[in-house]
Amino acid sequence: MRYAETGYNLEIDLSTGNIERVETDPRLMELFLGGLGTNVKIHWDRVPPETQAYDPENLLIFSTGLLCGTPMHSANRTLISCISPQTNLLAYPMMGGFWSPELKHAGYDKVIFRGKSPKLVYIYINNDKVEIRDATHLKGKGAIETQEIIREELGDLQIQVSAIGLGGENRCAVASIEQSRGSCSRGGAGAVMGDKNLKAVAVRGTKDIYMADGVKFWEVMDEVRAFIRHRNENPLPGIMPILAGLGSPQSMLHIDEQWHTESFAWGNARVRRRNFWTKEIEKSWGESQTEAIERLISCYNCTQQCGALISYRDVPNYLMKCFSKLTYGMAAYVDDLDFTWRICKRAFEYGLDSFSTPQILAFAVELYEAGILTDEDFKGCPTDKEGRFFWLLDRVAHREGIGDLLADGTYWAAKRIGKGAEQYDHNTTKKHEQMIIKLGMLDPLYYLMYSTNEKISIPQVEGNWPQAPFPRMEDREAFVEDWVQLPHERFKKYFLDWEPRGEFSNPHYPTPEIASEIVDWMETLHNIDDAIGLCAGVGSFCLKPPYHIHNYPKLISAATGLDLDEDSLTHTVNRSRNLHRAYNILRGLKREDEKPPEDHWRRRFPELEKELLTTYYKFKGWNEEGVPTRERLEGLDLPYVADELEKRGVLKNGQD
Amino acid sequence: MAKINKTIKTITVDADKCNGCRACEIACSSFHAEPKYSSVNPARARIHVITDRLRGIWLPIFAGEYTPAECMGRNKYIINGKEYDECYFCRASCPSRDRFKEPDSGLPLKCDMCEDDPPLEEPLCVQVCLNDVLTYAEREEEVDEDTVLDDAEIALQSLIDEYGMDVLLDTVNRMLQKEVE
Repeated sequence: MRYAETGYNLEIDLSTGNIERVETDPRLMELFLGGLGTNVKIHWDRVPPETQAYDPENLLIFSTGLLCGTPMHSANRTLISCISPQTNLLAYPMMGGFWSPELKHAGYDKVIFRGKSPKLVYIYINNDKVEIRDATHLKGKGAIETQEIIREELGDLQIQVSAIGLGGENRCAVASIEQSRGSCSRGGAGAVMGDKNLKAVAVRGTKDIYMADGVKFWEVMDEVRAFIRHRNENPLPGIMPILAGLGSPQSMLHIDEQWHTESFAWGNARVRRRNFWTKEIEKSWGESQTEAIERLISCYNCTQQCGALISYRDVPNYLMKCFSKLTYGMAAYVDDLDFTWRICKRAFEYGLDSFSTPQILAFAVELYEAGILTDEDFKGCPTDKEGRFFWLLDRVAHREGIGDLLADGTYWAAKRIGKGAEQYDHNTTKKHEQMIIKLGMLDPLYYLMYSTNEKISIPQVEGNWPQAPFPRMEDREAFVEDWVQLPHERFKKYFLDWEPRGEFSNPHYPTPEIASEIVDWMETLHNIDDAIGLCAGVGSFCLKPPYHIHNYPKLISAATGLDLDEDSLTHTVNRSRNLHRAYNILRGLKREDEKPPEDHWRRRFPELEKELLTTYYKFKGWNEEGVPTRERLEGLDLPYVADELEKRGVLKNGQD
Repeated sequence: MAKINKTIKTITVDADKCNGCRACEIACSSFHAEPKYSSVNPARARIHVITDRLRGIWLPIFAGEYTPAECMGRNKYIINGKEYDECYFCRASCPSRDRFKEPDSGLPLKCDMCEDDPPLEEPLCVQVCLNDVLTYAEREEEVDEDTVLDDAEIALQSLIDEYGMDVLLDTVNRMLQKEVE
């Protein structure tokens, strides 16, 4: 009997049309849990480092998390991994919604796609019956529209569909995979799906998921639920409203966006508008948001309300994700939310990443204003800010004219356009659009997170640690008092000592040692969430969440029958993290790639930054170049990884 | 006829608050698993959230009475321009549909308010709904004492099953006539 997981993957070769239901090795759960952990292992085993994103050998793996489909609140994430056409590293965008639990109930933990279909197809998984179906009638259809058409033609509203739009079909490097109110966005998995000629994956399942110790599991969930209720009724004092509660930043629930709009940079990640949030803006945004949102909604088995059904004037209904509310408007310098409700609908139908795409469009506008792109490139483009963005968005999705270059993302577009365009590509890390933040003083924690994490994009790395020190000691003391989520008591001291100014402030405090420890803890939480399929909004990306290192092991053990404690769970996710790291290193990742954008902070400290990175590497058991040492790898039962790194000359023989 | 107090259990559904997460379905199926809490499967749940997200439909319905025969007529709903399948919003477990039947055996499912020993404070679906879509209430109502009648009816039914209605009626008539005599 397999618990929490189904014990089967679905293997689909799109080139030959072969479909197999394959039983998995139960030991993989012990070694890598599931979700991201087991996905990384499959890529390591089966996709050699020479493979490029658009090779038929590039696997596209749709995965559930280990606890998706169990009674664990908010364990609903779908994780899709593949070699990214943008970064050439292993990307693993994730989404909420309803797809992943449905796949588990159909009897599978993952769907692994290889090869390329000769014509556009979609997959229909209905428990044991799996079909590859013709999708030529869906060519060019929107990602939201496609979900509806498939549900309609299969005659079942309970079918969950993940689909690409034109962005994916045209292999835009920032193409997403859309489903319900979720979206697998970062890294261009939608482009790989389009390259495989796969339009959608539809799932319906009615099978049981078994629990090793359901009684114990519910006991822990009773505590978790009580805590969620408590946190919902008591937002954290002194924290901006959108981060004071649980869930992803509550941009649908709250009107107050002073923090995002004034702290983040507008345009092509350029300008902070410090006095943007006026009474007039608050009024107009409040009215517009109230008009547009018909209902706040959630993902599977989660009672937080981070999404919304948008029903706005002549715009056909769609479901909104939290932060997309701001990205297009801020990139285009448009102050009226009316623009947001309209352009998000179009962008979601195209299936394009809401973080990267607005930056690419803003980058194009800058190039035009600088004379690098010409009137010829912008022929037919409206001159107003809103019209220009719609026009550019259409060009990107259709890969028409200048859109054909922009569709590869800022980094590659800048390289191909040349003529100094590279200077305007100032906000990418590892060839990927980074968060739109430009600040003053180097922050050691953020320096490490920006530099090193596999997710690349910062909002998916940070989380449990407050973004800035609290000025008043009594507020700090109050904050640490019930901070049960911390892994060790000594973390409380780190927070109490952390000052906005002086000796114990950024950039020298937290010290490189302490910064490494705090960042390692936050990364561990993200790695756990990504393996079990838990939304970071109630775990790793959240202040004082209901799930933490002290109750994860209880829940995972009760669900699966594994016997985990805090140390062994941490050890397990360290294993997959190091495997992921080694895999990216084989694909060319180097120490010199590990840096935030040059202009991320005005005040930089090259020596300190070097020390930070070296200290962190050492803390992780990696050498000066950031490569996991043989000792580290063998300690994680990964001797074969050390062998491979040595064989390929990345790890020198006997080097530590 | 004697009057007695009866406990009426109700779950009020405030559908406007539902955000469609289906935590109620998960809890229900887990509670009713054999052994209890040993598995999860919304397809076995006795509550179902009818969902059509883009049309703003999130409607939790509880499994109602099993009916051995389908209705004489069917009903159709059109909401926001979309026509839903016949009887789509009905809560009966009925021969014309798969809803509220065990996916394996086809046996009907019915909400039992999570009756348990010791009793739960509230049915589990109500407990897990943190948006208070579902609220549970009990009230006492004075009703006619009908327990004896129920027992008599059961007894008569088994006699009918054994001998048939005609034999039973003949027997009763004969006994009545004897009494008159």
